[in-house]
Amino acid sequence: MSKAPLLSTTEQSPPPGLLARAFDSDLAYSFLRSPITMAAAAVVLLFALIALFAPWVSPRNPFDLATVSLLDSLLPPSWAEGGDARFLLGTDDQGRDLLSAIFYGTRISLVVGLASVAFAALLGISLGLLSGYLGGTLDAVIMRIADVQLTFPAILIALLIDGVVTALIGSQGDADTAYFVLILSIGLSFWVQYARTVRGSTMVEKSKEYVQAARLMGLSSFTIMRRHILPNVMGPVLVIATINLALAIILEATLSFLGVGVPPTEPSLGTLIRVGNDFLFSGEWWITFFPGLALALLALAVNLLGDWLRDALNPKLR
Amino acid sequence: MLAFVVRRFLQAALVMLVVGVIAFFMFRYIGDPVNQMVGVETSPEQRAALRERLGLNDSAMAQFLRFGWNAVQFDFGISYQFKQPVADMILARLPATLELSIVSALIALAVGIPMGVFTGLKRHALTSKLFLTISLIGVSLPTFLIGILLIYIFAVELKWLPSFGRGETVDLGFWRTGLLTRSGLEAIILPSITLALFQLTLIMRLVRAEMLEVLRTDFIKFARARGLTNRVVNYGHALKNTLVPVITITGLQLGSIIAFAIITETVFQWPGMGLLFLQSVQNVDIPIMSAYLLLIAFLFVSINLVVDLLYYAVDPRLRVQR
Amino acid sequence: MAPAKKSGPVLEVKNLRVAFATRRGMLVAVDDVSFAIGEGEVLGVVGESGAGKSLTGQAIIGLLEPPGHIAGGEIRLDGSRIDNLPYEGLRRIRGKEIGMVFQDPLTSLNPLYTIGRQLIETIRTHLALSPAAARKRAIDLLAEVGIPSPARRIEHYPHQLSGGLRQRVVIALALCANPRLVIADEPTTALDVSIQAQIIAVLKKLCREHGAAVMLITHDMGVIAETADRVAVMYAGRLAEIGPVRDVVQRPQHPYTRGLMGSIPKLGARTRRLTQIEGSMPRLNAIPSGCAFHPRCPQAFERCPRERPELLPAGASLAACWLHAPAEAAGLG
Repeated sequence: MSKAPLLSTTEQSPPPGLLARAFDSDLAYSFLRSPITMAAAAVVLLFALIALFAPWVSPRNPFDLATVSLLDSLLPPSWAEGGDARFLLGTDDQGRDLLSAIFYGTRISLVVGLASVAFAALLGISLGLLSGYLGGTLDAVIMRIADVQLTFPAILIALLIDGVVTALIGSQGDADTAYFVLILSIGLSFWVQYARTVRGSTMVEKSKEYVQAARLMGLSSFTIMRRHILPNVMGPVLVIATINLALAIILEATLSFLGVGVPPTEPSLGTLIRVGNDFLFSGEWWITFFPGLALALLALAVNLLGDWLRDALNPKLR
Repeated sequence: MLAFVVRRFLQAALVMLVVGVIAFFMFRYIGDPVNQMVGVETSPEQRAALRERLGLNDSAMAQFLRFGWNAVQFDFGISYQFKQPVADMILARLPATLELSIVSALIALAVGIPMGVFTGLKRHALTSKLFLTISLIGVSLPTFLIGILLIYIFAVELKWLPSFGRGETVDLGFWRTGLLTRSGLEAIILPSITLALFQLTLIMRLVRAEMLEVLRTDFIKFARARGLTNRVVNYGHALKNTLVPVITITGLQLGSIIAFAIITETVFQWPGMGLLFLQSVQNVDIPIMSAYLLLIAFLFVSINLVVDLLYYAVDPRLRVQR
Repeated sequence: MAPAKKSGPVLEVKNLRVAFATRRGMLVAVDDVSFAIGEGEVLGVVGESGAGKSLTGQAIIGLLEPPGHIAGGEIRLDGSRIDNLPYEGLRRIRGKEIGMVFQDPLTSLNPLYTIGRQLIETIRTHLALSPAAARKRAIDLLAEVGIPSPARRIEHYPHQLSGGLRQRVVIALALCANPRLVIADEPTTALDVSIQAQIIAVLKKLCREHGAAVMLITHDMGVIAETADRVAVMYAGRLAEIGPVRDVVQRPQHPYTRGLMGSIPKLGARTRRLTQIEGSMPRLNAIPSGCAFHPRCPQAFERCPRERPELLPAGASLAACWLHAPAEAAGLG
């Protein structure tokens, strides 16, 4: 009367790509339910826009030496006594408009932060994929290096690399080299977490049947890694990257504050704070305060986003 | 048990070896040691003789071994910038950094762990949410900013505490301590809080996350199903299971504190190793950099080893099964 | 003070409803379920994964995880209501009056404490015994569940015992305060097949000796057939059939139960095709109208999608199927 029952094999099909799931209503729902997260996202967006359009939205260009005059130096914010309406938040010791300096400084902080995270992610994901998929000696070596590096905090590594590279190429490096070294140092301090996470996920995915099937079809390892495994490990990577971004921004600011970050001619938020620190005791508080506020807001907003992302993508917490 | 200890020792030795190689390469091949030591008028023959005398023409391996042997005896060469033995400079500043680090670590643990437990157990209380918000700010504020803020409030405005330096110190022979004088104690308050804050928030969030994770496990459910009281379930079972992984992380945090001391020492002009290291990076003073690297590596590796052994003592699953 | 023998059932569940508040609305996972367990009786609760069996057990012992909650009905233990007790009241009942055995013995025990410590703390929570007396009782319990050299094993950590031994410890823990009822939620699913029978035997023996009733939740019909006195079949959060085990197994009255029985391979019987019920159990947010089983039922007729059937007498059991309504039964002969 009925057809012969088909015994269904339990296939292990690839889980729906995380990006597809991400735009499913669950994530958007969680986002819209949390006003704090939305506020944080708005702040980050605001900073990003400011950074992107800094030359156009800044009242004046703080790096254009023609427009900067020492006569305008150390002016308090426009609403305070002695302030000048031209400079909303006051000026620094060189006469640069603080508001504009903050805009440009945000741009530098974000650019360096994003570039470092991108570098760290690229390096970490590649090594993680190779390590997890190919296994063997390569895996052992990479993981050993990772273990050794993990013993040391990021700031130490960044300082060390910065110092060594500067020593190697001498101090004749121009501003671009300084940026390169900075991004390299920060990026190299952070790759390990990506590598480990991706390696773990890769090892899990590798044993699933869809990968075996792809191998039987003759796909090269590289294609398999890129097309099949990579999309499935991106979820945790995204969470790490967001939290990493806040750390990278803070690390860059710290290095600049310590004087080994961005070149002093193009101040980031950290440099501004350092400059302001010298004037704190004589009462010119604004040079430290406003850049500090901007930095804190940016890092806080990115952290909030990262926290939300981690909770939203964590199936166990639902 | 023995196998475990031996393996950990070997791992530690491996890390030291790798770091040693890196430090050696920095020390020997970056910049020219001879150039740093002599003036411009020195003739090429004198330089060559100096080279020979310093053993710079020997094989790399021989130099490496010599480097290692010297390091073990605390001979790290002469600073390019200060023209003094590096070892003396570092040892003079070691107590300052260690005191600062240890006090900070104690603060971070003493406040962070209870706060973490509290916010884990009472997830929905208002105080919990308050603590979490503060912790988020703590993680987002860079250490140097916190330091500057504290200095401004307590040293500049309120004038309660000093804004730089270590205060008066007492020489105990091998150790200069600032903890035995009033001005020393006053001086250590702000820097140690600054240094502790970041770690504190990390520990608190970690303990909270672990606590929440543990409270979700089957054995906690089973404990409740057996009718055990809340107190026994929360503090007898959940807490103990939470603290086991926390031990590892806090051990690593101690190493992190020592590294972050670099920033704090800069902000507060605290005369420690961190400040010295920073100056060496700015001035490309290789001997100090490589010595600091070795010393820090040794400290970290030792801390990790101790933490691992502690872990082993606490978690029965790691012990040999009958 | 306790009466010698209680009359009436140990556990009475009436119209129990368990629901989950989700952003898509209220999902009902257990819908109007009623049954009773008599003193010393073993009631099997069987059904596919997701049928609501475990949730029923969790509701009874008061350990539903939010957002799950009891949305209606009553649960009575020895006549008194327990579903509306405050947390502390429920806690006193747990372990002492109702014991529970979970599925996975590896995760049920705290890995950092010896099994002795976990036994003794449970015993002393419910019984006023000195540490020495509690320890002795713990050792006796371990011996009862068949753990060799109990006086030595009591100092062991959970990871030092095999899966089967661990589950025996779990059973000992569930029974150490002499509860009236033991809820066993898939007690053998995580164990090797060779050990399953042993564990079931231990469970049955101990409950009989301690006079405890058992609610045995499982998806394994074989275990039920061997162990239970009565069996309740659950489907999509509802009771499909409930009755004495022999009747339900050999003369199932509900089409779903018939499908279940037919899909179990039997040794020794003539080789015949296993029947397969077409389709699958509906998800909680897509439960069909009327009888939840009607889309898959080979004998569905026009009344089935219209009205949800109540439990109707069918032979020695009760079945929620319109086939047993007097008019229909007469009509279909």
